[in-house]
Amino acid sequence: MSGSFFRNVVLKGLALFLIINLVFVAVNSDALGRISLYNRVFKGRPRFPFGEDPGQSYNLSIFNLDAMFASLAIAAGPKPSNEYRVLVIGDSSTWGILLHPTETLAGQLDGAGLSMCGKTVRVYNLGYPTISLTKDLMVLDYAMRYEPDLIIWPMTLEAFPLDSQLTSPIVANNASRVDGLISRYKLPLNPADPALMHPSFWDQTLIGQRRSIADLFRLQMYGVLWSATGIDQSYPVDYAHAQTDLVSDVTYHGMQPPALDKSKLAFSILEAGLRAAGKTPVLIVNEPILVSSGKNSTLRYNFYYPRWAYDQWRQLMDQKAASQGWDYLDLWNLVPADQFTNSAIHVTPAGEARMAGSVENTILQQSCP
Amino acid sequence: MTLAYILVFVIIAAVLGVATRKSGRLPLLLAISAMAVYALQPTLPVRGLDFWLPTLTLGLAVLSWVLTTPHQQRIWRNNWPGMAILGGIVLLLGLTRYMGISLPLTASNPPLVQEILVFLAILCAAGFLLWRFTQPGKLILSAAFLIVIFIFLLLKVPALSNWVSQVLRGWNGQSVSLASPLDLRWLGFSYIAFRLLHTFRDRQTGRLPAVSLSEYVVYIIFFPALSAGPIDRIERFVGDLRQPLSLTSEDYGEAGKRLVMGLFKKFVIADTLGLVALNATNAMQVHSSGWAWILLYAYAFQIYFDFSGYTDIAIGLGRLLGIKLPENFNAPYLKPNLTQFWNNWHMTLTQWFRAYYFNPVTRALRSGKKKLPIPSMVLLTQLSTMILIGLWHGVSWNFVAWGVWHGLGLFFHNRWSGWTKGRFAMLPMYWQKVLNAGGVLLTFHFVAIGWVFFALPSLSISGQFLQTLAGLR
Repeated sequence: MSGSFFRNVVLKGLALFLIINLVFVAVNSDALGRISLYNRVFKGRPRFPFGEDPGQSYNLSIFNLDAMFASLAIAAGPKPSNEYRVLVIGDSSTWGILLHPTETLAGQLDGAGLSMCGKTVRVYNLGYPTISLTKDLMVLDYAMRYEPDLIIWPMTLEAFPLDSQLTSPIVANNASRVDGLISRYKLPLNPADPALMHPSFWDQTLIGQRRSIADLFRLQMYGVLWSATGIDQSYPVDYAHAQTDLVSDVTYHGMQPPALDKSKLAFSILEAGLRAAGKTPVLIVNEPILVSSGKNSTLRYNFYYPRWAYDQWRQLMDQKAASQGWDYLDLWNLVPADQFTNSAIHVTPAGEARMAGSVENTILQQSCP
Repeated sequence: MTLAYILVFVIIAAVLGVATRKSGRLPLLLAISAMAVYALQPTLPVRGLDFWLPTLTLGLAVLSWVLTTPHQQRIWRNNWPGMAILGGIVLLLGLTRYMGISLPLTASNPPLVQEILVFLAILCAAGFLLWRFTQPGKLILSAAFLIVIFIFLLLKVPALSNWVSQVLRGWNGQSVSLASPLDLRWLGFSYIAFRLLHTFRDRQTGRLPAVSLSEYVVYIIFFPALSAGPIDRIERFVGDLRQPLSLTSEDYGEAGKRLVMGLFKKFVIADTLGLVALNATNAMQVHSSGWAWILLYAYAFQIYFDFSGYTDIAIGLGRLLGIKLPENFNAPYLKPNLTQFWNNWHMTLTQWFRAYYFNPVTRALRSGKKKLPIPSMVLLTQLSTMILIGLWHGVSWNFVAWGVWHGLGLFFHNRWSGWTKGRFAMLPMYWQKVLNAGGVLLTFHFVAIGWVFFALPSLSISGQFLQTLAGLR
């Protein structure tokens, strides 16, 4: 081996490296997410990949929506003709923090053995643990390709403030999708908002995408342990329970009592979700919250909400539902305080069962096409 | 060893390989290897211990050189530069405490310089006494042998490690209740111990070549092979070290190939398999026999690619420095029987045990007054050798079980191959190939089942996992 041999090796290596990076930019690297071992080698997951301790939960948070959906059981194949398909979107309470998949709202409804219009009701959990209506809209918009017969959309006031719509990492890291939603539905959001991370040219190269590619690969690898153990979340024996002694501050996202500023809330994004659903019926659910009786509980319901803001938002929701004919279920105080876990919106399996009972009746009242 | 350290070592090795063609290789290798002993030492919760353990490594190496070197070859004027380099490095690293910046050369802040000076003074006094008043006789070398074994036991027997940690914590005024065997993670001591014992034994049998202090210490702590081997022989190592350094493009090509292969094996294949490999947690969570086998296969390949990857990196780094380290792995999972597996898995370790335990014990049993039947002799030697190799990895019942599993496997293979000798030679080639393939599969699965005891922390968990593998749970 001579010096010229090594020089040629280095030059050819550099040239190949450059070409591969340019090709990678040219083809949409997001499409890589559609290549998945789930539903082929491994069974599909019952809820989105999400986890901050992959070593224990055999799950991890990624931002590639294609890959997230491809890992779900819903992506296993075409919708069976005898299936009445229900999708449940929403935040961490829908995803099911501290709950096994069968204990979540979707899991309990799915396990209830319901029939609708002569078909078996199958309920899919499309919740994702961040609170933002824009995130819900993004998921719903994508999920329409799975031909749902009914969409259940649990939500809470915290998903409404416009100032926090884009700060959720999954929203911030899907800037092009969000841009599309903003222009298609005329959302009151700024595509140039610095929270949205528009990738530069370098970010789109193989080198720039190395972290997300590694995450896609890790998601496939964790499919082994998911299939082997059925675990997709770590369940700590001990955790900090939701606060019941509260601060006396009554401001809500910069708003002061007595009036909640409607213009700062994302009702238009909720309406965009209803438009995205098209003819598919959508059941909007005001999800249960912890009603605290601890310190300052006369001022606040819980960690998230001063009473005045939450009460006014509920009134607004009632009015909107009545005036626009929404299918709306207000379950805000359905679950007793002792059935909340580590947050004012996370409930125990028993709490989920209460919620499922209420939602089940509404599903069965839907009309058949 | 992290990727960052490996890349730094590659740069250092490449620079040393070019810069020391004419002279200066030995002192520079000594200095860099000594610094690597400190840099690679993991941080320990017992205050100062992550400085003292590397210092003890250097001290042990120096004292062992004195012990293994005949009196007439302990020539001060030839060896003082090596001592000055080692002493200077210990002091300089100690002084970094006062620099106000944190260098990645020591795991944590070094102790007070006066404490280091006292330690060096004690070491010098011990070295002087040994230098002046001892010859490398049988008795003193046997004592040194036992001391190294004793330190090894202190580190590997959890109850003893815990006790030592409690004592050290007590001296430091730290909480004794937090003591743990993990407090005594001494970087590379297992390999250092093997090299020391090899030199003691070879001095006793008169096979040890005359080497300088610098050569001896570089052999013991050669930085590419410090944390994961291979275990070279000193006469071969020093032979390379004394050759003029003239690297050819073939050397660079081979070094580059081994480094790239090693990095790929370790950081791509092994680390990826590590995500799903068998461990104490998932062993109890897996719910079907099929998936349990997948986890076990992942572990079997992870441990191979991890270990052989590090070996490739060590060999590649050594090649850049003009040292041809021995091979440690030769496609062990493709061998058709357990004996061949052990001739090709961690080869330098098995060669060490063969040279210093298996062969001497076999010879002693054969020449003893009361001769054992051959099968009993084979069983005794195979079983005890494999149990000792198991205990080298850790003193626990699981490693004993792993040793027994392999010892019995080797014994049965020995008997089987004796019985089948010549019987299968008559078979057509096709059937021999089938038998060979069957042997590869059988051997791999035998080894893989053995890894259960290796990967899991207790016999009870191992037993439960074996039941899952068998579809009984």
